[in-house]
Amino acid sequence: MKELWKGNHAIAEAAMRAGCMFYAGYPITPQTEVGEYLSGRMPELGRKFIQAENEMAACYMLQGAGSTGMRCMTSSSGPGFALKQEAIGYLCSNWIPTVFVNVIRWGPGLGSLDSAQTDYFQATRGGGNGDYRLPVFAPNSIQETIDLMYEAWDMAEKYRNPVMILSEAALGQMMEAVEFPEFKEGPKQSEMDWVWDGVGDRHSFNHGTPLYVDKPRRVREKIETMQENEQRWESYLVEDADYVCVAYGLPSRTTREAVDQLRAEGIKVGLIRPIMVWPFPFKAFAEIKKDVKGIISIETTDAGQVVEDVALATKKMVDGNVPVYGLYTAQKVVRPSEAVAFIKRVIAGEEKEVF
Amino acid sequence: MAVTKSVPRLLENPHTLCPGCGHGIVFRLLAEVLEEEGYDQKTILTLGVGCCCNMNPPAWKGDVIQTAHGRAGATATGVKVGRPDLLSIAYQGDGDAYVIGLAETLNAAYRNEPITVITVLNNNFAMTGGQMSWTTMPGQVTVTSPNGRDCDITGLPIKVPEIVASFENVNYVARGTTISAAEINKLKKYIQTAVRNQIEGKGYSMVEVVSPCPTNWRKGVADCAAWMNEEVIPYYPLGELKNNNK
Repeated sequence: MKELWKGNHAIAEAAMRAGCMFYAGYPITPQTEVGEYLSGRMPELGRKFIQAENEMAACYMLQGAGSTGMRCMTSSSGPGFALKQEAIGYLCSNWIPTVFVNVIRWGPGLGSLDSAQTDYFQATRGGGNGDYRLPVFAPNSIQETIDLMYEAWDMAEKYRNPVMILSEAALGQMMEAVEFPEFKEGPKQSEMDWVWDGVGDRHSFNHGTPLYVDKPRRVREKIETMQENEQRWESYLVEDADYVCVAYGLPSRTTREAVDQLRAEGIKVGLIRPIMVWPFPFKAFAEIKKDVKGIISIETTDAGQVVEDVALATKKMVDGNVPVYGLYTAQKVVRPSEAVAFIKRVIAGEEKEVF
Repeated sequence: MAVTKSVPRLLENPHTLCPGCGHGIVFRLLAEVLEEEGYDQKTILTLGVGCCCNMNPPAWKGDVIQTAHGRAGATATGVKVGRPDLLSIAYQGDGDAYVIGLAETLNAAYRNEPITVITVLNNNFAMTGGQMSWTTMPGQVTVTSPNGRDCDITGLPIKVPEIVASFENVNYVARGTTISAAEINKLKKYIQTAVRNQIEGKGYSMVEVVSPCPTNWRKGVADCAAWMNEEVIPYYPLGELKNNNK
């Protein structure tokens, strides 16, 4: 039976059911409920919760526990998530599977508590040093957040890499009717072939080869494998569309309404919704018809971030120099009427293309 | 009866520390203690960033996590969460643990995390070429205090073990030195007590080691010892600062 759950509480409960044994984090709005919920729920099930002194320390606690093969996570938002960037680099460097929940608030700096996607670049490009990538899940409902959370550690362990759940303030704060999956356990620490176990050196290997041997090539291979295998998206009325919108997270829900309204008027518009924003779903763009007239990124940023990935995917996958437009709605999720009006202006030639 | 002293298994490979550096002695004592306690293959050592990085494998044959500069207190906390049955030991220099990592060091101690922290105090940032640290002595010349440390504008040498000892539920805090054979024997006792403190589940323990840095002090080994005896050790008194077992 479905129950009404708040987004942040649902993330926390889904993490428990996915086998999370350790949470470390620091309070920051609008994700504080994740830690609050787990502070009671983790000890109840004999698991560990630590309120860390800051966001950095929380991540290094994850480095320690994750190195032993324990399923662990942290969560944050905005400037708090900025502080985690150094550690994400260390976790990638040492191939430590961990889960990061990022409930984006509008930034930069202290910013505001408004819902936004202004940390899209930080999530998909990373703010730490070095060449690394994180698989980034981008749900657009609380049920999907639960479902993706449930498989986050499986992917993290598959690639020995941190992964991120990218939420946004409104998705963390709102309530929806959801169902939870059954509890499951991660692999036993003692059965993993790479963990730090007190004996020494086994962790330096991945499938028989020391990690430091030929590392640049191995990193590239890992990134290319993730790009090939992990693209995820939902297509809606794309095949015959003259104009294709691209939106992830909450804006994808209102954009879909806009698509329906325009279709009712006989205007052929479609929607590609990335479910993972890294790797970006380039393959979704293969469905777009040859004589498409324009691609439109709709996002909750100030000056356009997702639009750059949309342009790259268009360049690679769509023939001809198809224009790419951007609708940026900063601190609020786009209204269907706003999206409809913008798309009509694009059709009328009144909007200038970004790329 | 004859006693055979063999090199501990954890230190079978050569290290790359400078001649006269105290780190080599501290690692030797730690390896001996772990072997004697039966934990040489049941320990995860978290290394900070600095000269202790020289002890990454193959120099240290045990399990090592290389963490970021200053964060060893947090990483070692996580190790103990992940494997409570193993020993979790953080090994850091003073720049790492007391300057950039002051927050992580004090907070791990403040929460009484069940880990052991060993810090080597050599009054400077040695790995990067001898910059001023919070432990640099008044008037001491370093490459970032070329006219001698002016404590009016840079603070007085910090005494972190004294702060840690003030946290009521922390069980064991000691300060030793590598300056003489007698002091090395005492230091081994401190490290052994700290390790046993963790084995027995008695919470946080810390051992600070006042140690020479001939390379960056630009002194011979004998001059290092003389200066430590005259200035450093009187400021940083040796012994057990706290032992709740007694």
